[in-house]
Order: sequence, then structure tokens, then C-alpha cells
Amino acid sequence: MTRTERKNLWLGLLFISPWIIGFLAFLVYPIWYTVELSFTRYGGFGVPEWIGLDNYTRMLDDRLFWISVWNTVYYTGLAVPIGVVVAMVLALAMNQPLPEIPIYRAILFLPSVLPLFAVSFIFLTLLDPNDGIVNELLRRIGFSPPNWFGDPDYAKIGIVAIAQFGAGQIALVFLAGLKGIPQHLYEAAMLDGAGPIRRFFSVTLPLLTPIILYDIILGISLGMQVFTQSYIITQGGPAQSTTFYVYYLYDNAFTYGGQMGYASAMAVVLFLFTFIIAGLVFVTSKRWVHYDLS
Amino acid sequence: MATITPDITEERLLRPRRAAKDKYIRVGSQKVLPRVILIIMCLGFILPFYWMAALGLKSNEELSLYPPTLYPHNPIWSNIREATEVFPFWRFAWNTTIITVLTTVGSIISNPIIAYGFSRIEWPGRDKVFMVVLATVFVPFPVLIVALFDIFAQLNWINTWWPLVVPLFFGQAFWIFLMRQFLMQIPKDLSDAARIDGANEFQIFWQIIMPQTLPAVGAIAIFAGVSAWNDFLGPLIYLQDSSKYTLSIGLTFFQQQDSYDVQYNLLMAASALIVLPLIVMFLLFQKSFIEGISVGSIK
Repeated sequence: MTRTERKNLWLGLLFISPWIIGFLAFLVYPIWYTVELSFTRYGGFGVPEWIGLDNYTRMLDDRLFWISVWNTVYYTGLAVPIGVVVAMVLALAMNQPLPEIPIYRAILFLPSVLPLFAVSFIFLTLLDPNDGIVNELLRRIGFSPPNWFGDPDYAKIGIVAIAQFGAGQIALVFLAGLKGIPQHLYEAAMLDGAGPIRRFFSVTLPLLTPIILYDIILGISLGMQVFTQSYIITQGGPAQSTTFYVYYLYDNAFTYGGQMGYASAMAVVLFLFTFIIAGLVFVTSKRWVHYDLS
Repeated sequence: MATITPDITEERLLRPRRAAKDKYIRVGSQKVLPRVILIIMCLGFILPFYWMAALGLKSNEELSLYPPTLYPHNPIWSNIREATEVFPFWRFAWNTTIITVLTTVGSIISNPIIAYGFSRIEWPGRDKVFMVVLATVFVPFPVLIVALFDIFAQLNWINTWWPLVVPLFFGQAFWIFLMRQFLMQIPKDLSDAARIDGANEFQIFWQIIMPQTLPAVGAIAIFAGVSAWNDFLGPLIYLQDSSKYTLSIGLTFFQQQDSYDVQYNLLMAASALIVLPLIVMFLLFQKSFIEGISVGSIK
């Protein structure tokens, strides 16, 4: 290593040192500590009591744990594909030469910057079975609308709808991707006689696959963290249909009290699960994601 | 179905009748269908805002009517004042503002410095370390809440704003990434010229590079501010005393008062007051919001 290289190494480390400290203090150490706590019985006071793998074996028999896993997988499995389609449709529509696009863009993007807690309260009133405007409008045109957050079959769908309220943000990412597709590819496809549908599936879609991958991984990560909506709107109900993983984890750690060891074990499982799923999506993505234009 | 500029070669290649039919398809797919989709979606996106405003202005009597009225027949503007009395609204607004300002300051100090070290200085292993930064984006925050709570409890930081503010002074992966993208676009010659003139790295950072990055710093400030204002899980876990609460916790007071008779009109009026500063910010800085989103996620 030359003198300049060594000097640059020290300079570089000096500039990134805040990140190194934060990374160790607020990420590496807490994860390590979570793993430690997961082998203990701990109520938040005194000394954690070592109980080995008991927290993990307890999960296997904990019915509510499995319900929370199922609810979270169900929610994520529904919200992610719907989110990709909604965002893509919005982006395709916004990519057309219409003079009023900035207005649509502002309206569609604005909800993404609003706090989820406030949006949850708004949807609580919006989808109220009797007093909400959605059901009132549905009744006026002759439907018998569902009970939404009061019905175990519809509560998760209501929360999926809330997620779509934030679709404008990812739609903008798709839109930027669409703008980056070179025109000559479409012209070449047209000369080959490809119609609009064929052009979409042969040119647009393959070139958007990196963004779709990004959206899927982000969506899975967010889907597995779903908490606020359930905390505010349904408190895990009705009939535990919105007891999501993080909601149950939170309840164990902070509501029931004395379950911080168990909550830590749940956190470890969530951490591993997130990385396995993200890794799986990433590995299989090599089959369907196109990074170059060839 | 991206923008397709009509070109003559295509028209000439097609027989006239087919060209006419194609024109219908083109107008349909470029003008009519997108408009229909966008207008329907926009109406759907406006509906929650409308209902928040409509409900927020209804009187208690009108609120109890069934079927519900679709707009407030007799708007009660005093709801807005009353909503601020259900919980100490202005106190919580002040708390939220302080937390927001502090986290924003922390973010615009730390992220540019860290990103500079990951982009404008060549050092061995830099890009491998940066991959670690990127990987941390995928650690779900809820994984950490139990340990962080206990760690902060040992520091006696529970029921203070420190846990909400201090971590932001050490950089956030996504904003480091965003800032790095921006810094890499600035020509290297600029730094090299300054080096030849005898400037040290800190002078280059502060006097040459930083003035160029103000748009990115602005975007980070906006994102940091919004995410602090919008935070719910953090205050929920760390704050226990109502003198320290934020607006996000304040809204839940409506549910705690009487779970069978939540005053939805006041709840919506309070929500509107919380959301309003964000809408104003958004309209003022829309360009920064959109650029931040687009720059950060494509590459």
C-alpha cells in the first residue's frame, strides 16, 4: 500500500466513521443482543434467565404465533402483486402525452408522504360499515357492502387497500423506468409488425423487470413489518384475522409484559425469514430480470 | 404503450384503411384510456381526503344520522378548535416539531459526510463496505425493537427523545445511498484541481463539493423531516409520559377515551391538522420529493 493509499484509507474511514459507530451501536449490537435475549426468559427487569431453546420450541406449539405467520404471509402475498400491478398501470397511464399529467401525478403521489397512523384513522372512518362513505355509495347503487374491518374475511383486504393508497410513490419509480426505455426499441418492434400489446410484453415489461424486482423485495420487507394499521384500526381482530407477526411480537414485548425473551426469539425468526425470502427472490430473479438492453 | 411519436415511415408502410384503424387505437391508448384510468384512480385517491374533511366538519347530531350524509349539511368550524382540546394538541405539536427539527439536522449533517467517504475518496475495500450499507436497508426495524428498548432503558433514555433523535446523527442507509448517487455525478477533476491547489480533503468537502449538493441535501432534509413527523412505532415504544408524546400518539387518545363512542368528527379534524403541514410541504417541494424518489431507486 502506497502512502497516498494509506492516507486515503484513513480519510475514507474518518468520513464514514459516524456510519461505523451507528452500524455497530444501533444495528450489530442490538441484533446480537436480540439473539442473546431469545435464549432467555426476560420481563424487562432484573437479570434475563437462560432457558436455552425453550422460546423457539414454544413457537411450534403457539397457535397464535402460527396464525400471525399465516396472516402476514397472506397479507404480503396479496399486497405485493396487487401493488406491482397498480403501480405499473398508473405509470403506464402517466407516461402518455397528456397535458394535465402533473395534476394526476401530484394527486397520486401526495398520499405516499402522509403518515400511516393518520391514513389508518381515515380509512377506519372511510370503510366504516354503516357510517363510511364507501359503503354508503355502494348501498346507493344497490350493493350490499361488506363489514370491512369488522369481518375476518375482509379486514385484511381493507388493509391491502390502504397499501394501494401509497402506490403513487412506486408508480413514480416505474415512470422513471419507462422514460428510460429508448424509443428506437419501440420503432424497431413496430417495423417488425408488433402491436401495442406485443410491444408491451416484448419491450416494456422485460426492461422494467429490475424495478419490479426492487418493488417486490421492498414490498415483501414492508409487508412483513405491517403493524400500524392493525394497531390502530383492528387491534388484531376481528377473530385474530389481523394479528400480524410484528403486531404479535409487539404485544409479547410490550403489552403482555414479561415476554421479551419470546419476542426476541420471534424477532430472530423474522430477521432470518426476511433475508431468506429476499435472498430467494433475488436468486430466482436471475431467470426473469433483464439488466441490459440486449 | 409508451410514448410513440407518429413517424412517416410507419404510415407509409401501412395500407390507408389499416392506418385509419391504427390511428383510433393510438388515440384510444394514448389519450382516452389513460385519462379514464387516471381520473378514476385520482377520484379514489381524493376520496379519503374528502371524507376526512367532510367528517371533520360534521356536528355530533349529523354524525349519528343513518344513512350518513355525504357532505356536512351544517359545517361546524369550531370542531377544529375542539379537536385540539381532546388531547394537548399544541403541546404534542411542539414536541413533534422539536423531534422533527433535530432529526432533520442530524440527517443533513451525517449523511453527506458519510456519503462523501463512500464516493469522493478512493480507498481499498470501499465498495465492499458500501454493500454492507445497502444490505442494512433490508433489516426490518421491528426486529430491533425489543433489544433497542432494553438498551435504551439501560441508558435511562426511555421516556426521552434521545432514542428518536440520536440514531439519525449516524446516517441512514437509504439517504447515504441517495447522497452517494448525487456525489458520484460531480466530476472528479473538480476535487483533483483543488488538491493541486493545496486544499485538504475537508476543505474540498466543505468548500468545493458541499455547495454543489444542496438539492440532494434539501431532498434528504425533506425526507428526514417527513419520516420523523410521520413516525408512530418509535414514539409508541419509547415515550411513556404524556408531556413527551408526539401527535401520532395523541391521535390514539381518541380511542382510549371511550371505545364505544369515539368522536370521529373531532378525530378527523385533528387528523386534518396533522396532515395539513405535510400537504403544504408537498405542494411547495414537490419537485424535490419526486427527484429524491426517482434518483434513489433506479440505479
